[in-house]
Amino acid sequence: MADLILELKDVHVSVGETEIIRGIDLTIERGTVHALMGPNGSGKSSLSLALMGHPKYRVTRGEARFEGRNILEMSPNERSLAGMFLCFQYPSAVPGVSVANFMRNTLMARHKGAAPLTPAKFKSLLDDATKRLKMDPAVLGRYVNDGFSGGEKKRLEMMQMLVLKPTLAILDETDSGLDIDALKVIAAGIEAYRSPEHAVLLITHYQRILNYVKPDVVHVLVKGQIVQEGGFELAERLESGGYDPFTKDLVEA
Amino acid sequence: MAVKQPELVDKDYRYGFHDQTASYAFKARKGIDHDIVEQISVMKNEPLWMREFRHKSLDIFFAKQMPPWANLDLLGEIHFDDIYYYMRASDVEGKTWEEVPEDIKRTFDRLGIPEAERKFLGGVTAQYDSEVVYHSIRKDLEDQGVFFSDMDTGLREHEDIVREHFATVIPPADNKFSALNSAVWSGGSFIWVPPGVHISVPLQAYFRINAESMGQFERTLIIAEPGSFVHYIEGCTAPTYSSNSLHSAVVELIAKEGAHIRYTTIQNWYKNIFNLVTKRAIAQKNAHVEWVDGNIGSKLTMKYPSVYLMGEGAKGEVLSIAYAANGQHQDAGSKMVHAAPNTTSIITSKSVSKGGGRTTYRGLVKVYEGCDGVKSNVRCDALLMDAESRSDTYPTMEIDAKDVRIEHEATVSKVGEEQLFYVMSRGLTEVEATTMIVNGFFEPFVKELPMEYAVELNRLIALEMEGSVG
Repeated sequence: MADLILELKDVHVSVGETEIIRGIDLTIERGTVHALMGPNGSGKSSLSLALMGHPKYRVTRGEARFEGRNILEMSPNERSLAGMFLCFQYPSAVPGVSVANFMRNTLMARHKGAAPLTPAKFKSLLDDATKRLKMDPAVLGRYVNDGFSGGEKKRLEMMQMLVLKPTLAILDETDSGLDIDALKVIAAGIEAYRSPEHAVLLITHYQRILNYVKPDVVHVLVKGQIVQEGGFELAERLESGGYDPFTKDLVEA
Repeated sequence: MAVKQPELVDKDYRYGFHDQTASYAFKARKGIDHDIVEQISVMKNEPLWMREFRHKSLDIFFAKQMPPWANLDLLGEIHFDDIYYYMRASDVEGKTWEEVPEDIKRTFDRLGIPEAERKFLGGVTAQYDSEVVYHSIRKDLEDQGVFFSDMDTGLREHEDIVREHFATVIPPADNKFSALNSAVWSGGSFIWVPPGVHISVPLQAYFRINAESMGQFERTLIIAEPGSFVHYIEGCTAPTYSSNSLHSAVVELIAKEGAHIRYTTIQNWYKNIFNLVTKRAIAQKNAHVEWVDGNIGSKLTMKYPSVYLMGEGAKGEVLSIAYAANGQHQDAGSKMVHAAPNTTSIITSKSVSKGGGRTTYRGLVKVYEGCDGVKSNVRCDALLMDAESRSDTYPTMEIDAKDVRIEHEATVSKVGEEQLFYVMSRGLTEVEATTMIVNGFFEPFVKELPMEYAVELNRLIALEMEGSVG
């Protein structure tokens, strides 16, 4: 039997009174990379925030399981400790809290009751991640996302993913707004994270990043529903034909 | 139904224990009049000028009204007839901790004072109700000619210096509570730093109220002679009683030409204490005065540390934080008075209100006519943890000079749902995430503290966050 990391059955998500996600089925197996593509306003970010447990993005119907556990009964921090991770499209700033301090706290949350993390081990974890993402080591002393450029924020999100080593990483448009060099660095980060133990849900508007991170499965999300699924060739079709054909299908259906 | 203190608060306040008062060496009766003032002064064997000063001050206290802009609902809870104005637990002031009576020593042990002294302080006074029960100063500082003692000893041993400076910065008539302090003051610190002497380690005073319905009125005077430097730290706690106590200090700082005084306060009174304190500094030519002021405890704090910039090139700074939980009102701020050209002031105020707590920033920047080249920067940030809490800002600017640069910025923000979600999504519980956000908000203050105090402050905030989240 397949080793399922994420199982969504008929998931509906509402923000306030508005239903954004209108019944999604999605399964992600260990060791795979899934791309979730869709035009602006299709509900991609809403789905990722709902999966992480944002209080405003309520799952009103359906089932959501992570490694067999019902995540709808878990708080965001429980989901994180269970092994889920969201690379935010718009991460918040935490003024007065240095990146190093922030990371120490997130790691300590994972070491409760276990052997404490030694300062040397902590330092090498952070150094490895910053080096891989070509970040200025001075970033560790800066306040989390406070005054960061768009590109710096994306790298910090990736850095956290590399340090925390979640089982499932949900990347919410981590590729948007990056120049080609930055995009390559981010792609290399994803490749470094990719392993038979991990799974990735890569959410993107553009096919561009998929040239560097080859997905196993591609899903197309339009107006809160998955309208098409396939392999890498589906992403290529989207690149040439855009989302219009899918939008039309939906209207006709 | 009987009114009880909320259990939760008692549990979180680890300084809430108290000693018995039956064995006290002396207890004045409750209430305030000229007899009590006379009794205090006679007992202290004071010079006549001080005795007269006290009596005059008491008349001013009786005549003065409460400040009309204050939180009069809370101030109205003070019953001046129901307070002990003078209480002495012990007749000895120890020079070593062994000389301090056993139960009082145990109290300060529990507060960690002897340990801090061993580790990083240059001198300590420990005040217990009305009197200082322990005092020490490192020998090398004494050898350099530094005077550091309780105020009563200062008056006895250095009457000329005290008489020249006492009440010159804060006259009794400044406000109702400075008048009260001037009438019944006892204890506090007297520091005189000789010209050019830099004291590299902090001097500390610790103020402990032990008795119920107590009034503590310490009086502190710090004089830094030209070119000298001193860092003074004070901390304060009190037991958890259901009746209110009053703490009303007067603190005067005089920084002479080129001198530098840093004055750090960590106020963690229990939530039954009225903390009504007048603090003011004079900065002469090229002098530098810093107030680093942390207010975590008390029921109502009214405190506006001020710097009067009297000489060209003088600099005044106030960095303050205030935290108000349910039942607390932190009414704090600062005054910067520019009375000379090319003077500089910086006010940074950060406040957090939670669970219905209330914070107020009240500030004044005044620039007198002809004081060109003045620079002043005021920044107030308030953080609200929930919809029940409240924060108000009352900044006043009186600028009578032309060539000045004045900046003012005020923000009020809420702990955002997005920010909280972001931190929680990394594995921190709601309490841990909130604690991290609040500690981050206070970070500019915390990094100015000696390490031991920074750690303690972070721990206090973590405890406060546990109290009511969820």
